[in-house]
Amino acid sequence: MALTPPKDRLWWKEPLHTSEIVWITVAFLWGVVMFSAMIYWHIEGKQNLSNEAYRIDPEVFAARAEEMTDQYTVREEGELGIPVVHPPPGSDIYIVARLWEWWPILELEKNQSYRLHLSSMDWQHGFSLQPTNINVQVHPNYELVLTIAPNEAGTFSIVCNEYCGIGHHTMLGRIYVVE
Amino acid sequence: MAAKDSFRICPDTGLKVHLPAEALIKANAVVAVVFLLVGGILGLLVALTRWPAVHLLPAEAFYSVLTAHGIDVLLFWIIFFEIAILYFASAVILSSRLATPWLGWIGFILMLVGAIMVNVAVLQGQSSVMFTSYVPMPAAPHFYLGLILFAVGALIGVCIFFGTLVIARDERTYEGSIPLVTFGALTAAIIAVFTIASGAIILIPTFLWSLGYISQIDSVMYKLVWWGMGHSSQQINVSAHVAVWYAIAAIVLGAKPLSEKVSRSAFLLYILFLQLASAHHMLAEPGISSDWKIFNTSYAIYLAVLGSMIHGMSVPGAIEAAQRGKGYTKGAFEWLRKAPWGNPAFSGLMLSLVLFGFLGGISGVVLGTEQINLIMHNTLYVPGHFHATVVAGTTLAFMALTYIVVPLIFRRELILPAVAKWQPYVFGIGVGGISLFMMGAGTLGVARRHWDITFSDATLTFDYPGTAFLMMGLNGVFALMAALGGAMFILVVVGSILFGKRRGEAAQPAPAPAAPKPAAAVGTYGNAGTIYVPGTYIMVGLFFTAFVLYYFVNWKYLSEVWPLS
Repeated sequence: MALTPPKDRLWWKEPLHTSEIVWITVAFLWGVVMFSAMIYWHIEGKQNLSNEAYRIDPEVFAARAEEMTDQYTVREEGELGIPVVHPPPGSDIYIVARLWEWWPILELEKNQSYRLHLSSMDWQHGFSLQPTNINVQVHPNYELVLTIAPNEAGTFSIVCNEYCGIGHHTMLGRIYVVE
Repeated sequence: MAAKDSFRICPDTGLKVHLPAEALIKANAVVAVVFLLVGGILGLLVALTRWPAVHLLPAEAFYSVLTAHGIDVLLFWIIFFEIAILYFASAVILSSRLATPWLGWIGFILMLVGAIMVNVAVLQGQSSVMFTSYVPMPAAPHFYLGLILFAVGALIGVCIFFGTLVIARDERTYEGSIPLVTFGALTAAIIAVFTIASGAIILIPTFLWSLGYISQIDSVMYKLVWWGMGHSSQQINVSAHVAVWYAIAAIVLGAKPLSEKVSRSAFLLYILFLQLASAHHMLAEPGISSDWKIFNTSYAIYLAVLGSMIHGMSVPGAIEAAQRGKGYTKGAFEWLRKAPWGNPAFSGLMLSLVLFGFLGGISGVVLGTEQINLIMHNTLYVPGHFHATVVAGTTLAFMALTYIVVPLIFRRELILPAVAKWQPYVFGIGVGGISLFMMGAGTLGVARRHWDITFSDATLTFDYPGTAFLMMGLNGVFALMAALGGAMFILVVVGSILFGKRRGEAAQPAPAPAAPKPAAAVGTYGNAGTIYVPGTYIMVGLFFTAFVLYYFVNWKYLSEVWPLS
């Protein structure tokens, strides 16, 4: 038994029972299916995380975000007067993560695609877009670029889901999607 | 030295128990349970804060308590207990003397000093960085130093385990190959070396960074190496708790593995493929290619998961074979119905097995799918998953083993047997509930490590759906149940060690319903043509069906979010 040495010293020479072979084969094939599913989704699926990323200086990233904001602000919102930016479809759009806000607010058009750039000024943050529930990690010194295409109109919020200190739970951003 | 030659003969099993080994086992097990108690109370405080209607702790306290909770249970409770298991699986099971017990005490002290140092750092308030301590968010230097000391102490324990195996072989204290339980422990120990090495590689520079000697630590590299320690330590837990399952089945039912070859190979799969494990913690990170993510998150085509799926048939199969050997052959499940469900070691084992497999295993594989991770990363689904694996799985298995260790090693009868009988159910169902409801909340997007999902202090507003709040409330209720189960465990175990009737050296009936003599034919070793475990086949079939369905449901969920690439 499990607490005593195996009766047969050469345990690796044991023959396998059919039921064991069947289960091992099924489990192995299932593993192959799951592995292939990820590859398949890269080819046929519409939701994949981009591999496009760059090392970047936080100041450089902030400057690009500000440039977009200066060009395309349409109004301001909230107690802190956060700019709401309506960039042209297909363009490069930026969201800065920093302790403790997402800046600026974006206004996008439904079914148009945009190149979203994400980076942090300071610590790691979690970009959690709700209620559609897309979650990616945002690092300082790294710029992630992903192509997004909002498929529904409405008001979306960006929750921070990577713990980043005492103000973590106050960190809330917004994206509007208009028709 | 005289000390190294002092043994007692266990009246219940006939094993020669090395007294210095026994002292170390007791010390590590006792300290483990202390950290379980502390960590468990902290966990309850976390759950009661995340229950929006209760919202117990203020923000600052919540974040330190959450940090301490994770570290106290996931590192200290579990690893102190695992060191005790390593000493037991080597010295006691092999009737051998333990290698250099004095060094074992040094390791113990290092672990204890390290653990206390980390707790002090977190209590002081400047190190609320969560268990993961992701740079560049800084903690106090003694936070990192405490973890390093703990790791060094644990490594010493692991080396003593290896040394004891060498001694046992050299002094011929057993014949043939090491038993399966020791083999499983060896798997855990080998993985531990890789784990601790990864931890050292990242924590030592981070410690130096916290002191100002290093100017910057790359945040992506930190995660890669840290999770080389972080996830590998979970595989240690899996190897250890699977070994514990086999041990309990053997002790309580005289169960023998259906096939030593299959079970041992499954353990080997853990060692071979686990090193790729950081990947599934980094699926949502920038700067890493999908090729790397896909290959590594699947542990190379799910070969380590295959190990677990194999044990998923082998362990219940061994139990069924043992029970059928005793005459419970009516229908597919008489063996299960007539099993000793009143024995807390057995019920803990079974609950641990089912909850780990169905809730923990399935959710883990789904969570680790590269693209599906996008709808789950850093949501409360993640703690939902790992409470099913580490708490309902590992912790409950260790609790079940303790009901055997107290009579055998501490030589005390269990007090309050009625409480002991119900404890695994209360704890298991409580933890199963918290896992389920955290996963539910996470599916609705609720963030993890978050003090206030009403965002009352934010300048913008956002409302999670009402069902999310229901989930958090249910999570709180089941957390209370789990805490009760934890309290019952502490009460019985500590009470028995202090006040239980001494068993003395005279052989007494085993605390379990009388186990059949191990020699009773329970299925021949070398099982060609002799395995017949229909109940297990049905259970495995149900598991597989649930797995496949749930897996595809999540691809469906993913297909509904914004197209992104």
